[in-house]
Amino acid sequence: MTNRVEQPTGRLSRLGRAVADNPPPGPTRPDFWRSPLRGPWLTSVFGSVLLVGITLVFVTGLLSYAAYNPDLSGNDKTPGAGPLGFYLFDWPTSPSWFYRVSQGVHVTVGIVLVPVLLAKLWSVIPKLFTWPPVRSIAQALERLSLLLLVGGAVFTFVTGIANVQYWYVFPGSFYPLHFYAAWIFIAAFVVHVGLKLPTMIRALRSGSMREVLHTDTAHTRPEPPDEHGLVSPAPTAATISRRGALALVGGGSALLFVVTAGQSFGGVLRRTALLSPRFADPDDGPNGFQVNKTAAELGLSDAAQDPGWQLELRGGPDAEPVTLNRDRLLAMPQHTANLPIACVEGWSTSPQQWTGVRLADLTRMAGVDVPVSVYVESLQESGFGTVRLRGNQVLDPDSLLALRVNGADLSLDHGFPARLIVPNNPGVHNTKWVRRLTFEV
Amino acid sequence: MRRLSQSYGAHPAHLVSLLASFVVAGYAVFRLLPQGALGVAVWFVGAAIVHDLVLLPAYAAVDRLVHGPRVDRPEGPPKRLWANYVRVPLALSGLLLLVYFPAILRLSSGFEPTTTLSSDGYLWRWLAITAVLFALGGLAYVIRQRPGRSRGASVPT
Repeated sequence: MTNRVEQPTGRLSRLGRAVADNPPPGPTRPDFWRSPLRGPWLTSVFGSVLLVGITLVFVTGLLSYAAYNPDLSGNDKTPGAGPLGFYLFDWPTSPSWFYRVSQGVHVTVGIVLVPVLLAKLWSVIPKLFTWPPVRSIAQALERLSLLLLVGGAVFTFVTGIANVQYWYVFPGSFYPLHFYAAWIFIAAFVVHVGLKLPTMIRALRSGSMREVLHTDTAHTRPEPPDEHGLVSPAPTAATISRRGALALVGGGSALLFVVTAGQSFGGVLRRTALLSPRFADPDDGPNGFQVNKTAAELGLSDAAQDPGWQLELRGGPDAEPVTLNRDRLLAMPQHTANLPIACVEGWSTSPQQWTGVRLADLTRMAGVDVPVSVYVESLQESGFGTVRLRGNQVLDPDSLLALRVNGADLSLDHGFPARLIVPNNPGVHNTKWVRRLTFEV
Repeated sequence: MRRLSQSYGAHPAHLVSLLASFVVAGYAVFRLLPQGALGVAVWFVGAAIVHDLVLLPAYAAVDRLVHGPRVDRPEGPPKRLWANYVRVPLALSGLLLLVYFPAILRLSSGFEPTTTLSSDGYLWRWLAITAVLFALGGLAYVIRQRPGRSRGASVPT
């Protein structure tokens, strides 16, 4: 596949050609852009990092959608996805740390790529002002694709980064915006990589990283003139070397990693994540791990502490509902599992020690030996107050209706009187303040 | 085929792959529309173009502040000695602010109720990190200026 755009012959009038050869004063003139660092080699370095990084963020994003079991009725936050969900599969319960790692990687790498993305855009900005703006149909389509690429990338990154900081300023609900923007971006990204890969490889081969790393500012020279219009025809003296520019971008990524990643590792590293949304433990003690949504915030404090609370179990259409209060649940055989809570926002807790009744025991009690799914209802009415889990998630021996954590009763904010905890489950699907479980065949 | 390629401006595979990507994108845009077409369109176009027209002049303005107007000196000796020791900490601090400004500026009213953590600390932590970055920049400058070491940029051995 060639990226060379051929000049249409005999198409431009003399006036048209005059316009094409004489850009107006300003950024459309090649000599407007003076940086001596700009060129295909530098762009290709940033591009190759993005190639790896964006692929990683996209794949973990696909996994993130699959983790919600969107094919189960009521679970899909982007119900129009249709063919974009072609790859979906039953979300497993093992390994129990998989979603925690995958989602931590998704958010952390996404944030860490921001300086590389900005640097890449800076390195190709003369192309935004290409003159003439349209030279052929092929070039026009390619420019449209670039609009989708840059617009989609910025839209996806901005919605993601705003969402993890609880700044819901975007036009609509987070899930569809982020999801569809990502697909617009990726469609354009795949074409972009396909068109530019030969150029990128050629450009990387034409320069030497070793040489760049040994060249200081005083000896920094522009790249050789290129056919892409990136190298400035009138460069100024370098005020920073190429290795300095790479160090600045790499340093930016490293700095963002340091202030972000600790919220996914937990433990002693959490305190290093100075700017992340979960940089600290809210409290000491058995219920001191990270909270997402408090009972007070949802107006559930009274309902959750009601001594008359009972869990309702429903099974097949012919089976009688079973009701259990907390004392009866505590009298049943208890099981303990060490499981973390991992949020779609990228942070997670360390594994906590949960104690409660196995979901496998509850489904049998309800008269359904092998459930296809379970419909979970919480005291919470809004948001994720209802969710469906799949049969494999019900039957896993570590899937619990947890009553206690780390040796103490659940706190209100962690779901008292009872909550779900299922291995490898996104945090919002570990429903808090459970009131009814309907096991479905 | 060659005439078609010439009118189009590139190989046919170029067209096919672009059209395929537009189909995927079109489907996604179609699914996005119920969210509010005008809002999304404004975000998209704004994202693609305005950020280039805002960030780049901002960078150029700050650069001029720190370093003075660019002069044509392709072969001359480097003049600025201290500009990068200010520009780099400034850029890194600005980068942190760019990514984390909703937390630093406490723009989310939901943060404290949802996390039970305090939203006050972000501003101070960011300022502290900024101070450390400038301190390191200053330290690096002082070390580079010591007599016996070459002035300004280091020379490769």
